[in-house]
Amino acid sequence: MKLDSKVPGGPIQEKWDRHRFEMKLVNPANKRKYKILVVGTGLAGASAAATLGGLGYDVHAFFIHDSPRRAHSIAAQGGINAAKNYPNDGDSIWRLFYDTIKGGDYRAREANVYRLAQVANNIIDQCVAQGVPFAREYGGYLDNRSFGGAQVSRTFYARGQTGQQLLLGAYSAMMQQVNAGNVKLYPRREMLDLVIKNGQARGIICRNLVSGEIESHAGHAVALCTGGYGNLYYLSTNAMNSNATAAWRCYKRGAAFANPCFTQIHPTCIPVSGDHQSKLTLMSESLRNDGRVWVPKRADDKRPPNQIPEEDRDYYLERRYPSFGNLVPRDVASRAAKAVCDEGRGVGEAGLSVYLDFRDAIARLGRKAIADKYGNLFDMYLRITDENPYEVPMRIYPAVHYTMGGLWVDYNLMSTIPGLYVLGEANFSDHGANRLGASALMQGLADGYFILPYTIGDYLAGSTFPTATVEDDEFKATRQEVLDQTERMIRNRGNKDPRTFHRELGAIMWDYVGMARNAQGLREAITKIRALREEYWQNLKVPGRPDSFNKYLEYAGRIGDYMELGELVAMDALQREESCGGHFREEYQTEEGEALRNDERFAFAAAWEYKGPNQKPELHREDLTFESVELKQRSYK
Amino acid sequence: MAKNMTVYLKIWRQPGPDQPGRMVDYTLQDVSPDMSFLEMLDVLNTQLIARGDEPVEFDSDCREGICGSCGMVINGIAHGPLKGVATCQLHMRSFDDGATIVIEPWRARSFPVIKDLVVDRSAFDRIIISGGYVTVKTGQAPDAHAIPVPRPDQEKAMDAAACIGCGACVAACPNASAALFTAAKISHLAYLPQGRVEARERALAMVRQMDAEGFGNCSNHGECEAVCPKEISISTIAKMRREYLKAVVLNPE
Repeated sequence: MKLDSKVPGGPIQEKWDRHRFEMKLVNPANKRKYKILVVGTGLAGASAAATLGGLGYDVHAFFIHDSPRRAHSIAAQGGINAAKNYPNDGDSIWRLFYDTIKGGDYRAREANVYRLAQVANNIIDQCVAQGVPFAREYGGYLDNRSFGGAQVSRTFYARGQTGQQLLLGAYSAMMQQVNAGNVKLYPRREMLDLVIKNGQARGIICRNLVSGEIESHAGHAVALCTGGYGNLYYLSTNAMNSNATAAWRCYKRGAAFANPCFTQIHPTCIPVSGDHQSKLTLMSESLRNDGRVWVPKRADDKRPPNQIPEEDRDYYLERRYPSFGNLVPRDVASRAAKAVCDEGRGVGEAGLSVYLDFRDAIARLGRKAIADKYGNLFDMYLRITDENPYEVPMRIYPAVHYTMGGLWVDYNLMSTIPGLYVLGEANFSDHGANRLGASALMQGLADGYFILPYTIGDYLAGSTFPTATVEDDEFKATRQEVLDQTERMIRNRGNKDPRTFHRELGAIMWDYVGMARNAQGLREAITKIRALREEYWQNLKVPGRPDSFNKYLEYAGRIGDYMELGELVAMDALQREESCGGHFREEYQTEEGEALRNDERFAFAAAWEYKGPNQKPELHREDLTFESVELKQRSYK
Repeated sequence: MAKNMTVYLKIWRQPGPDQPGRMVDYTLQDVSPDMSFLEMLDVLNTQLIARGDEPVEFDSDCREGICGSCGMVINGIAHGPLKGVATCQLHMRSFDDGATIVIEPWRARSFPVIKDLVVDRSAFDRIIISGGYVTVKTGQAPDAHAIPVPRPDQEKAMDAAACIGCGACVAACPNASAALFTAAKISHLAYLPQGRVEARERALAMVRQMDAEGFGNCSNHGECEAVCPKEISISTIAKMRREYLKAVVLNPE
């Protein structure tokens, strides 16, 4: 396998323009002859399907939910970045680019990130035109707020439901194309394999989640928009059905998986309340605009928070990072929370949380202003915890939230399999080792609205496509493998349900491959995951039948893939002998406990190639070269 | 910490769309009041699987009240006893120790049962397909500041746009009307200048599709507003009627 990033030449500001000119075009009349299979209908998938449909391609969209509007992008709260510089506070495309590269701890591909910053403004325009009700000021113009890792206000938002409104915008644009006859919807379908013919991705195998039928679909290209793998950790802020199965099956068909160890632990989540817990709930990072994070100065201070006077509180983010304060990037804030809890200064029953306090903001701005900004988040917190954040500080703790790693893609968003494109969180591209807040929505929509629609044309126009139908041997053989695996899970008469296995795997991942990692722990994790995987295939119990609606069968397949992916995440964390962004190796830190990169040895994207069951995957390196920014120790002090 | 509780569940079980369903009784012990309602059903399912029974099927995804996947009629109320939340945001502390809890799917002709508590809500998508959008292709948009929107209009649009498409409004309505769902989308776009261009076609097409899907008429019971997890106001239905009337009377085809 050879990794070719296909980054165009020329100065960074001109690369995308030049590339757009150099790419081949598909004649308008010919577009409808190309059938594109879009898998997943979150921000990336829906925006891609809408745009490709608008261009005239024959688009087929597959998704696991009953409606495309339910994809997990819907849950994003805080906002979306762009370099509009409407607040006149010094923003620019260059600054958005620079902040994103730095925020990712210099582990992203420069040219991709610059392009992302370039198209971000178009996204805001597009969404406003669709009727996305972004927050506005009294003059009728758009409002912005601040997010972590930036000193300008560049985040557009729609109350605490920005992801919902952006997704409904993309969904409605896609539905308009359904009405126009250019997009066909396939609800409740789960992609279970990729079909390759003559070295090209030519189709997918999916399970009809209502009838249980295993279906084959052929096309000219596949766009995978299936999100990240945060649910590998069992407890995360991801939705129950978010999963890595489609991406993982593509990996096993030859798509390289890049930087799997780059996982994001979000600092502001509602802490775990008990064993029954099925997921964790995020409290938007935007709360850190007005909330102050603190713990008691003394570990033995067990007074209720409102009785702890100012001099006995440690606002540790403001103390350690005076220039960014409570708005340091997520990885920094999460590690700092872990550090104070490790010192025994954590609060709450188990000592595994810190305070996020709005007392000062309420005194300064009034309760109503705070309610206007964050009311829905405060309500959500109250309902889950039974504590009122207007009166007592919130308690928060880090939780798995996002995965920067994903399938490796080149500048055109194509994986190492020709014709297989990967968009949004499912790819590894733009966030390096740490994603900044409000950048996921930006990337998903950039990929779908403004990048894939150009790059896929170049591939379609420049390739030859031998006939491919679902009657081909390649389709039949791949479908048979899917049938066999389904059969294997159902016939296994073990004693343990998928959820129990998931919980056990998640515990290993969180303990050894979580916020802080070390070589010994990672080796231990690999041993434990292998043992659990072996047990999984012997002792799995799946209820019900394969030929009907059966959520536990869907679930079992996803856990089976996590049992393999978990090992790869640990292996990747083990080989990366440095700390960067969300990947923190205890052996590599500065005297002040900050992440210590090793640019000489690790300024590369790690792309893993599958080599067969129980074989060690092969590591390929894409060297990251930085022509436009200088590699620096990241500092938010 | 509150002590754990025992609940007596009566759950609608139906193997498939064309098979008859029935209520089945289950007793669940040691339920923490801090559990969410759906986590309680997860625990029930783990026990059912352990003893070789089929688990209760239900849709659920984000579990924070925004995706609109979940929805059950709990003791006769869509999404249960707590106002302004989806089923996933309900916690067991809303119930008493020893309570009997009756759990049923959304019941409406236009939402056929797929299995147990899972229903087919694709009719909602078809209503959106008929016109629930602004027709704007990628790349056509002017600068975002080209069209200022008065803040009160933007707030009203946002209030309506908060709809999560869960279907509780239909389940709660004695006529199984989809008026609140349809009105929320029509209102969201009608309040914004971007949406005015196609307001007429949109109102006509969406109302026509809503009727074609077999949803009942709205007769102002207000049950929809009462159960809506996003507290979408019934005034959006009045707005829809105005938009529809304007389309038919003032601007006939």
